[in-house]
Amino acid sequence: MSDRRTELESAPWSGRVRRYDLIKEGVAAVVIVAIVVAALSTLFGSPDDKQVTFKQWAVAAPADFYATAVQELAGTSGTAGYGAPYNHASDGVNLGPLYLAKWLGVTHPVDTVNDFVITPLTTVANAAPVADALKQWQGSDAKTQSTWATNYDTALTKANQDASKVSAGNYGPVPALAGGLLTMAQAGSLDGALLSQGNYFQSDNTKQTLFLGDGSYFNDQSTASNLQGSTWGMMNETGRYPGQAWLWLYSFWYQIPPFNNGDNHPFGANADAWIMLIMGALSIGLICMPLIPGVRSLPYKIKIHRLIWKNYYQEENL
Amino acid sequence: MGIFHHFMNLKAVYIHWGWFQISITNLLVILFMLVLFGLALVLPFPGNKKGKDQK
Amino acid sequence: MSADIEKEMWTSKLRKGWQKNLPIEKLLPDTQPAYVASWIYLFGVATLAALGVIVASGLVLSFEGASWYHYSSVGHFVNSMHFWSVQFFFIFMVVHLWGKFWMAAWRGRRLLTWITGALAFVGSIATAFTGYLIQTNFDSQWISYEAKDGFNSVGIGSRFNVTNFGQMILLHVAFLPVIIGVITLIHVLLVRAKGVVPPIDAFNNELGERK
Ligand code: HEM
Repeated sequence: MSDRRTELESAPWSGRVRRYDLIKEGVAAVVIVAIVVAALSTLFGSPDDKQVTFKQWAVAAPADFYATAVQELAGTSGTAGYGAPYNHASDGVNLGPLYLAKWLGVTHPVDTVNDFVITPLTTVANAAPVADALKQWQGSDAKTQSTWATNYDTALTKANQDASKVSAGNYGPVPALAGGLLTMAQAGSLDGALLSQGNYFQSDNTKQTLFLGDGSYFNDQSTASNLQGSTWGMMNETGRYPGQAWLWLYSFWYQIPPFNNGDNHPFGANADAWIMLIMGALSIGLICMPLIPGVRSLPYKIKIHRLIWKNYYQEENL
Repeated sequence: MGIFHHFMNLKAVYIHWGWFQISITNLLVILFMLVLFGLALVLPFPGNKKGKDQK
Repeated sequence: MSADIEKEMWTSKLRKGWQKNLPIEKLLPDTQPAYVASWIYLFGVATLAALGVIVASGLVLSFEGASWYHYSSVGHFVNSMHFWSVQFFFIFMVVHLWGKFWMAAWRGRRLLTWITGALAFVGSIATAFTGYLIQTNFDSQWISYEAKDGFNSVGIGSRFNVTNFGQMILLHVAFLPVIIGVITLIHVLLVRAKGVVPPIDAFNNELGERK
């Protein structure tokens, strides 16, 4: 753009003016928007699908809950193998040579064995077999604990999560512990115990949410409500309410190759990181749009402005 | 809780088109934006005609 | 002595700069250039109005607490006001953005107006996101579970933990709205200070350009 043009366009306007009441316009806008919003609220309300509780999970899908508890003990759950910021179990995702999550460290330590199973069990009065199992577990070394849990986890998986079909083996107290946790969850006392971890004040739901997500029940609920990220769920809302339509572009990348294939290396397997990077770059692009050659000339080429200012152009013969 | 609360909490309807899918509601929201933009461009803006303008 | 008083200080510099760039007549004018005659100009104000409804309904929700709307029908109504005003906020903002793009409204040293607007857009998405996390319902459970992977993947999760309800509610009701408020304030003051951008072809004659 010529400097002369910039001069003219930035100078105070010296042409024709019209009366314009900004404050009246603003007040009218607030009143009208408030009325429209109140009308839609009266007609449609707002989405509020009830939260999922551990009690609900353990009652509706006991086998899934039981198997998940065993996985937490054996260290085979999603959370147990996650890596940073929860534990050191894996390197986590990476952007080429950049292991950002790993480098920033384990800032929210989660020990699935103790945080999800053992500590909650110690906060309630357990039936004799569970109490004995706890004593046996706590009295053994890590290696023995791990052997028991891994043996049982493998056997349970082989039996298709049907505990009654698991053949005999060296499982130590693991079946009793998982059974105790199931009883506790069914009684409704696990939600609070997971959150508080034996404390009073607590406002961090990380442990509950991670445990909940390790099972199938929660994921199935989300699939039923069309909220899975792999099917544009990021944009969706429960029921028929509008979702976050403004996330369309963020959601888009998860639908296309290579990002929609978790087995693709390096992009699909690290889709979260790459998409975050792409969206960060695009956001910066939006912020700096007037500086990007080509894009910034579009309004001059596609003359929508002739429509916007049609009155003025007509009046001034421009 | 909203007069059409029950209707709004029925299972959402989605439009599928290959790998693309969108809920009817989100589609309506996006169409609404386009319509608003289109109307804002073409509808005549009321107010002073040229004669009444001041210098 | 009087020369001493005249000497520039931070305070006097601020006053003079303010008076020069944004005198009260510019902040609250009676007139606008004749070309300010299109419905598209109303979408900035509409966005502002929706933001007002968001803040008002949000304030009521914060006094009553995050779970209020699950059991109170008044609460549900106020939550619905919050929900729908957010929808309209984004609808208006996007139309506003489209309009400003096709007007190339960054012309004439108005780059910062565009930048603050775009920052408001990006910041609003972050703010809305934290709002979705503190609904204390199934949707917020799922969104926090799913979104944590995105933030963890690039290390943001180490400081911004979406499954931490306490952190999210504080950011949503304290930090982020203040950021959006300040950005929006600067945005609107810049528009007032610079005046509404003239049409692209307004100076064709002066510049000897043909349309
Ligand atoms: C919180 C969200 C926003 C609010 C409350 C807001 C508000 C406003 C208002 C009241 C105006 C003056 C009236 C008008 O021209 O509509 C304005 C102008 C403007 N807005 Fe925004 N806006 C927001 C977001 C954005 C975004 C996302 C962009 C683009 C990326 C943007 C770009 C602009 C520009 C360039 C102008 C100056 C127009 C001119 O000089 O004619 N704004 N905004």
